[in-house]
Amino acid sequence: MKKARLILENGMVFEGEHFGFDGDCLGEVVFTTGMTGYQESITDPSFNQQILVFSYPMIGNYGINTEDFESLTAGVSGIVVGEYCKKPSHWQKNMSLDAFLKLQKVPGIAGIDTRKLVKIIRKAGTIKGMITTDMATDAICLEQVTKFDPKNHVSNVSTKNTYHLPGSGNRVVIIDFGMKKSILAELTKKACDIIVVPYNTPAHIILSYNPKGVVLSNGPGDPAHMPEEVFQTIRTLDGNLPLLGICLGHQLYALANGAKTYKLLFGHRGANHAVVDIAKNQVVMTSQNHSYAVDEKSLKHTNIVMTQYALNDKTVEGLAHEKFPSLTVQYHPESAPGPLDTNAIFTEFVECMTNQKIIEGVK
Amino acid sequence: MAKRSDIEKILVIGSGPIVIGQAAEFDYAGTQACLSLKEEGYKVILMNSNPATIMTDKEIADVVYMEPLTVDFIAQVIAKEKPQALIPTLGGQTALNLAVELGEKGILALYDVEIIGTNLESIHKAEDRMLFKNLMEEIGEPVIDSVIVHTFGEAEKFAIAKGFPLIIRPAFTLGGTGGGIAHTMPELEKFIESGTKNSPSNQCLVERSVAGFKEIEYEVMRDGLGNAIIVCNMENFDPVGVHTGDSIVFAPSQTLTDREHQMLRKSALNIVSALKIEGGCNVQYALDPSSMEYFIIEVNPRVSRSSALASKATGYPIAKIAAKIAVGLSLAEIKNPVTNTTFSCFEPSLDYVVAKIPRWPFDKFITADRQLGTQMKATGEVMAIGKNIEQALLKAIDSLELNEYHLITPLFKDLSEDALLEKISKVDDQRLFALGEALDRGISIEILYEKSGRIDRFFLEKLQHIIEISRELKANPLDVEILKNAKRYGISDAYLAEIWEMDEMSIADFRAKHNIIPVYHMVDTCAAEFESTTPYFYSTYGQYENESHRSQKQKVIVIGSGPIRIGQGVEFDYSTVHSVLALRENGYEAIVINSNPETVSTDFSISDKLYFEPLTFEYVHNIIKLENPVGVFVQFGGQTAINLAANLEKAGVQILGTSVAAIDMAENREKFDAVLEELGLLRPVGQTVYNTIEAELVATKIGYPVIIRPSYVLGGRAMQIVYNLTELKKYMKNAEAVHKKQPILIDKYMLGKELEVDAISDGVDVLIPGIMEHVEKAGVHSGDSIAVYPAQTISHDIKMEIIRQTKLLAKGFHIIGILNIQFVLFDNQLYILEVNPRSSRTVPFLSKITGFQIAKIATKIMIGQSLKQQGIDTEYKEKTDLVHVKAPVFSFSKLRSVDIALGPEMKSTGEVIGSDYVYEKALYKALLASNIQIPLLGKVLFTVDDKHKSAACELAKRMANCGYSIVATKGTAAFFKENGISVVEVDKRKDATDKNIINMLKAGGVQFVVNTVSNDNNSSSLEDGFLIRRHAVENNIACLTSLDTFEAIVQVMEMLKFSIIPL
Repeated sequence: MKKARLILENGMVFEGEHFGFDGDCLGEVVFTTGMTGYQESITDPSFNQQILVFSYPMIGNYGINTEDFESLTAGVSGIVVGEYCKKPSHWQKNMSLDAFLKLQKVPGIAGIDTRKLVKIIRKAGTIKGMITTDMATDAICLEQVTKFDPKNHVSNVSTKNTYHLPGSGNRVVIIDFGMKKSILAELTKKACDIIVVPYNTPAHIILSYNPKGVVLSNGPGDPAHMPEEVFQTIRTLDGNLPLLGICLGHQLYALANGAKTYKLLFGHRGANHAVVDIAKNQVVMTSQNHSYAVDEKSLKHTNIVMTQYALNDKTVEGLAHEKFPSLTVQYHPESAPGPLDTNAIFTEFVECMTNQKIIEGVK
Repeated sequence: MAKRSDIEKILVIGSGPIVIGQAAEFDYAGTQACLSLKEEGYKVILMNSNPATIMTDKEIADVVYMEPLTVDFIAQVIAKEKPQALIPTLGGQTALNLAVELGEKGILALYDVEIIGTNLESIHKAEDRMLFKNLMEEIGEPVIDSVIVHTFGEAEKFAIAKGFPLIIRPAFTLGGTGGGIAHTMPELEKFIESGTKNSPSNQCLVERSVAGFKEIEYEVMRDGLGNAIIVCNMENFDPVGVHTGDSIVFAPSQTLTDREHQMLRKSALNIVSALKIEGGCNVQYALDPSSMEYFIIEVNPRVSRSSALASKATGYPIAKIAAKIAVGLSLAEIKNPVTNTTFSCFEPSLDYVVAKIPRWPFDKFITADRQLGTQMKATGEVMAIGKNIEQALLKAIDSLELNEYHLITPLFKDLSEDALLEKISKVDDQRLFALGEALDRGISIEILYEKSGRIDRFFLEKLQHIIEISRELKANPLDVEILKNAKRYGISDAYLAEIWEMDEMSIADFRAKHNIIPVYHMVDTCAAEFESTTPYFYSTYGQYENESHRSQKQKVIVIGSGPIRIGQGVEFDYSTVHSVLALRENGYEAIVINSNPETVSTDFSISDKLYFEPLTFEYVHNIIKLENPVGVFVQFGGQTAINLAANLEKAGVQILGTSVAAIDMAENREKFDAVLEELGLLRPVGQTVYNTIEAELVATKIGYPVIIRPSYVLGGRAMQIVYNLTELKKYMKNAEAVHKKQPILIDKYMLGKELEVDAISDGVDVLIPGIMEHVEKAGVHSGDSIAVYPAQTISHDIKMEIIRQTKLLAKGFHIIGILNIQFVLFDNQLYILEVNPRSSRTVPFLSKITGFQIAKIATKIMIGQSLKQQGIDTEYKEKTDLVHVKAPVFSFSKLRSVDIALGPEMKSTGEVIGSDYVYEKALYKALLASNIQIPLLGKVLFTVDDKHKSAACELAKRMANCGYSIVATKGTAAFFKENGISVVEVDKRKDATDKNIINMLKAGGVQFVVNTVSNDNNSSSLEDGFLIRRHAVENNIACLTSLDTFEAIVQVMEMLKFSIIPL
């Protein structure tokens, strides 16, 4: 058993057992409270340049299968677990978590008190850190952590080329900011004819495909760091055709409309986030993975309104345009991992494209 | 959504006595719910016939009725109290069935009572097999191929079409009474017969078996707005086929991908929405281990055993929230009581794993059929929390209090491999240990996977891992690194002591020296995502941060009573809770340690701090070292806590109240005798022996019959009345095998009136809250006897003598706190049978009827307040305004092959109370509450032993006078005829004619069977008696094995009857 360490920006060091890829990694340390769905999380591009801590202490029980990928490569830089399962069992199992991490060059550290780590992050906020098998040189490692400056998140994970997934239904363009595969899967299920474009594709190119609707996908990083041209694209598309924004896409839509975003202390990650739908006076369970949120106060002088909010901290979870058929959600209606409660948003989006009717909030 | 303002008064129906399938979990749920409703400002009327519960304390509801749970009595309460609403979903299947009946009989409409929470229509849709099936088909949820039958013919047709195995589930029954898995036509016939009889609607569901599928459960909450959440999902270790109450269960699910979990989660939400549940609901699934195919097994539209487990496993108080939903609040407006900062509309996230293992009564019912199937057999359960499967599972094994501390036990060392594999394929309560043994012998996981009917390889690998760790430990004694790792995976000190041949204390010292000590983590519903202050902890090892901090306050640790088992039921949890409340009222920090998820004591809001841990020396001692309390209470947690006292004291722990030395005086026979002699008190002559030869000598000397038992036992376990040498030899042979080196007690058996006293002593004064008289004579375990307060048939002088002796005993045994004494009155002379230096089974009963809060008074004494300081007048005053009767309740219909004959070994699982102004009425209520029907006309069948014939004859005459027909077997009939009773003779079973007893019982029309056990050694007549009793039970006929009990029934009958007198 090889030892490894997790070194945090604040100087705290956790010693554990190394697994997965034999190497070091740097990242923002974030935690998720989801108890299932590690494969989906690990392959979620939104975790770009992040080290993901699982609060549930046993990870890897059912191994890795060939179906539940959110992208073909790992999204995370590294993972931190209490224990990883060495002998997983499942009828769909293709390999173990350990083998997958080796293949994807993702270092892991086990034997960590993840609860303690969660509490540190909860209090101090998201913190930078490093997983290393170097057991000697504290100062050098710490310097690396301090210097680490994550950037270019979206350009790292967005598709480089435009591609087409033919379908018999409505044509949809997805702007890929780090899209999860499940978004594609949801639209494919509805027979959409899908074109996925790089994040910086200009509006006129997108419109030239003659889509019935556009999806602003999820993705990693600080939305405010996005180049201005992206906001310009969103503004041009807005009102021309139905827009659906998810997670980062939701934040970008808000920024494009003049609202502001801010960084949450430790973000929302997990499968148990309660969201209130204002119009319906109903609460749904959602899957979430975000560090940033739209500032509700900043909506005041814009044409967008809050349609949904988080039950516990009242942060913005959904937006709609006063006039245009655009709606966005902060959470992941495509789930994977997480509850399927808000899946109907895709149906609604497709209906909207079909009828080209105005969307008034999330139905 | 605001709470309802049009309702002021709400009636809550409890679940009645504890029986298999319906245990302490409903005390927990009911208590929470009543308090929750009161918190919202409603007036709560509670009805429950079980006096042993916290729920029936005056503080829990505004008005408490301890009356029989029958439609007639509930109707009377409704008429008197005029509640606007009724909540039927908190008292188990009992309350649900009663609510349905109240609706059908028009009583709810008559008094304008509204069912709140989940309504009757929803309940009906969930419970009626056909309606449910139709609804599921409508919403596209898959149910297993099945048919609802009323007769065997219908079932046979289905079996021919679909093939075997088939599962038979009787409708509307507790724990699936009467059902089973049939592999052949005769088996099917047997189950259909018992199933239709047990079902109140005479319905059975016969369905295709999905044995080998994974069994997964979801606990759902839904409010009136339609918001719905999953509190918890759980995965059974045992694949489908074993009743979930009899399955080892883990929470959360372990082998499901997120896709599978979300598929089932969505299905569960669809179902509760379709059913319009408003409150809690449980949905059980069978999931194919090799595809995404699933089926719904069952839905429980109410708070259940699983919901209690889910509440304790997650910290989410389901019953409390369900009650608030019932009065119209929505999940989004109810605060999460754990964090107090977030709301109840969320799904708990766990950062630990929970294991539940059922506790079965087979250690007491050694003849019972141990095989597990669709009919639940466990009386209770334990829960343990850990960071991994191995730790949670081993902690749960420790918690069972079976004297097993590991997967590998000596139980199966001598079993052949074939026999071992046979044991694994036939599921019984010991399968987990059989798997341990098999893995230890190197049998492969693949073989075990097949043989066990596909227990998931994930779990088998975890068991294998435990075996590997054990090997490593054996090979490397005192290796610190290996020990560290072993502790992370839950290996107990007791096991280490065994393999390293050291004593447990030295292991603990060794660990301490190397700083291998546990830390405590909090159960907070949210995996630390939000700040919580829940004082609810579990231990774990490794490099973990300790979250349980010792406060500055003076503190006392109260040790709970562990899993519910026969002999140690909810009564002990009652005392534990009262003690905790008294400590808190007096400014102490009260800390509870317990392992039972069903109870009120493990509700974290009861104590200042709750440790959910095994009640073994190791775990208890670790907590004491961390908390450094003023002392520890061992008086309230039954024998479990008492048994820990000596070792704790040895380790330097202060035991508060009666000292360990004093406990030993009461439990060690020689010391006990010496004290009695010194006090000049009598007991039946007897002696302690250690082997068969000594036993024979002693028995001959004192003369047969003798009563014989091992010392230090629970509920008279392995206690027997022995009439001759042959029986004695047989007993000793067994005893020596089971209780190695344990002393055996032999006493003269005195057939006299049994009297019982609970008393409280501060060392100077003694308070005697009450003297109870037993209906059955000595020889029937006190827990199985009907007890009456105030005593009805003893003289004032005897009462005074009991008081005198009680005071002498309290002082003589240096009792500080509670003591319980059992006397036998023989030839007008009192003999002492037992002195228990602890809280007893009768404490809740006596506390409720006398108004003395026995456990609270004792608690105050133990923290230094004398009876005088408490202002308590210790002069004995009997309350004579009412008569109270406590009657035992049995679960024999759940346990095949168990002899129901009463004897010195306890067999009942619960108790009920009946109170009224006259004895017979109180008795009638108690019998009714214990589910004995007393029809005014019918047949009574006698088959009694020679020595009981003349007494039986008198009772038969009285029954005949009441208009009953008398039926008797040959010998009894002849005796009755000689004495002028008109009697119909019936053949014994061995005579095998149409007219034989068994056929008569099956045919119906017999209301009572009176059968006393013969003591001759004629095995065929023993067998006859056994079969008669079993058939009576299986045909729902009251079977009385003590003439004293039957006389009580006759008395009631005489009271109920009008005289018919010719001119």
